[in-house]
Amino acid sequence: MTELRIMRGREWSRPVRPARREVLSAVPEVEEGRPPLLFVPGFGHGAWAFAEHWLGHAASRGFPAYALSLRGHGGSEPAPEATLRAYAHDVVQVAASLPRQAVLVGHGAGALVVAHALARYPARGAVLVAPVFGGWGMVSTALRRNPAGTLPAVFGGPLRLSRAQLFSRELPDEEARRYVARLGRAGRRAQWALLGEPEAEPAVGTPPVLVLGSPDDRVVPASTLTRIARRYGSAPLLFPGMGHDLMLDARWAEPIDAILDWLEKEPAAR
Amino acid sequence: MSTSTDHGRPDPDATPSAQSPEGRPLSDRGDTVCVIGAGASGLTAIKNLREHGFGVDCYERETGVGGAWNWRHDRSPVYASTHLLSSKPFTQFPDFPMPDSWPDYPHHSQLLAYFERYADHFDLRSHVWFGTEVIRVEPAEGDRWDVTTRSTGGYGPERTSRYAAVVIANGHNWSPKLPRYEGLEEFRGEIMHASSYKDPAQLRGKRVLVVGAGNTGCDIAVEAAQQASRCWHSTRRGYWYAPKYVLGRPADQVNDALLAMRVPLRVRQWLYHWTLRLTVGDLTRFGLPKPDHRVYETHPIANSQLVYYVGHGGIGPVPDLARFRPYAVELADGREIDPDLVIFATGYLPRFEFLDASVFGDSAGTGRPTLWLNAFTPGHPTLAVAGLVQPDSGMFTLAHWQTVLFARLLRARRDRPERAAAFASRVRDRAGERYSGQVKDSSRHWFEVGHADYLRAVQRALHDLEAK
Repeated sequence: MTELRIMRGREWSRPVRPARREVLSAVPEVEEGRPPLLFVPGFGHGAWAFAEHWLGHAASRGFPAYALSLRGHGGSEPAPEATLRAYAHDVVQVAASLPRQAVLVGHGAGALVVAHALARYPARGAVLVAPVFGGWGMVSTALRRNPAGTLPAVFGGPLRLSRAQLFSRELPDEEARRYVARLGRAGRRAQWALLGEPEAEPAVGTPPVLVLGSPDDRVVPASTLTRIARRYGSAPLLFPGMGHDLMLDARWAEPIDAILDWLEKEPAAR
Repeated sequence: MSTSTDHGRPDPDATPSAQSPEGRPLSDRGDTVCVIGAGASGLTAIKNLREHGFGVDCYERETGVGGAWNWRHDRSPVYASTHLLSSKPFTQFPDFPMPDSWPDYPHHSQLLAYFERYADHFDLRSHVWFGTEVIRVEPAEGDRWDVTTRSTGGYGPERTSRYAAVVIANGHNWSPKLPRYEGLEEFRGEIMHASSYKDPAQLRGKRVLVVGAGNTGCDIAVEAAQQASRCWHSTRRGYWYAPKYVLGRPADQVNDALLAMRVPLRVRQWLYHWTLRLTVGDLTRFGLPKPDHRVYETHPIANSQLVYYVGHGGIGPVPDLARFRPYAVELADGREIDPDLVIFATGYLPRFEFLDASVFGDSAGTGRPTLWLNAFTPGHPTLAVAGLVQPDSGMFTLAHWQTVLFARLLRARRDRPERAAAFASRVRDRAGERYSGQVKDSSRHWFEVGHADYLRAVQRALHDLEAK
């Protein structure tokens, strides 16, 4: 049993300032009564990352699929001073605007945003894809693997993820370069939040949570996947040979099919 | 757990019939919980009980959700220009925010849209029997309840179902409270209660007297200032008229920044008085009576326009009424005025006509139930009232947490009976507790709560219920 937090002085006295948000969607031709999915991209990514493959694929299997760009990302309003709280607000706002109770799917640091949003919105279920929950362990791994791209972020500069961190070698070079070129950056205050490991409040409504990732992810070590999955009472679903950006990598269909299979079988999320 | 209403519409006939002690046919609904009313409090009760795994049958006398906020309903007190008095963060359900694109103080039609969306988003309508009113709620053996319903308007047979628990969410702003005055029956002008006021056209060109300085009375006086040929506003005492914005931000948000810092009441009162002095100034200069109490001691009035229209001469402040004459009204100070329309914005009284008053610990029939957290009844652990609060902020957040607490209490009765028993003894010991500091004692204020004090008390109750 979790203890809920009722007093929300900061939310009441200092609500998050509204921002214009980009939401892309793909909905099935025939409404089959399946829960809508809301995809939340990680830092630097926009809704486009899911629009490439996953949105259409989910819709083809009967799930209405939506992806948002967090403020300051993709086609959403610029927000250089955005905080993690503002990002979680963006997710809850879009989730609450959907016609029915949604399943939240967060990738990378978007999974952390989803974990925070779950405390504010009773999702039907949640999927954390290659979750980046921050903490010094993850930061030091990133510094070791990509010092030039990571170090500036520690001082408030942009975080630049490399092709090798994000994709497997199977993805054609040209495609990988195109994706890397589209990456933006998160607000520096939100980036700084990753230095610690911002603990999310307990989720409301006790949604089922699925964690998945790749043992060959060069951003999130397999041990982190196991630790986060354990926090939600499960084991991670693994896709060997894939990079961090599972939704854009060469074998993108495998993880999304696994997510949709899980949703079809999970009674609470149906 | 029996969740016979898990899918599709509720169907009390699906369960085998039994008989009540009086011999009435009875359908046993197992562990299902009955919710009375599909307004804001009823909807959040359905949602939270469902979220905690309970089957729910909700009875709603009207044909749509929204209760008081659905202007199509008979008992809706809203009028064309009703706007929220508390800003969005205080008004919305804590787990279903209002859209960012809405203003700080949404219009009542937006609020109805919000409830309709809430009902659809969480698929609540399939658990509601629309057009059905509850006419009797009686305790049955084993802390269960027999609920008798019939279609609104009295058509068709009565039907009695037995439930594991009941949430009463019938609202408290629909039964008008009308004051008595000498000579009122002989008065030849038009008289109405604010509940019948719907549109400014009702005021156009008339000489209007508005009685009462609740938020509704002040709003109608402001509209009369713009539409009527003359407007008097009668108040029994002086009030503090707080602006809706201070420092460019909704005033309740600024106030809550102080509450979050746990600034003591005396200091907050001093700051409030000081802010009002800067923004509104000395009200006696406008002919308004000097307040006989400090701020936070009566239900707050949020109205930025009243003082403005008094300043323009559109509203004439007058004291309490002494008596009515056929063509005039005599005031307490001896003056006479001659309105042709009198609007009593004198509030509403909670009513629970389907329940024996003694169940609520109100054997004297005063209309004031004795409850703990304004929700739980001594001796009846499976009965809760949702939304019977008059908060200094929005009500829906409070109703949300009341129903979460009740859902968890029902779960504890099954999983941890010792915790549920401890909760029941707290209800017995602490029924009647207040959460509002020092406020005026009147039928308008007996269920007044300070949202911060109240929610902290609910937080403690939840913590005690669920402590390891």
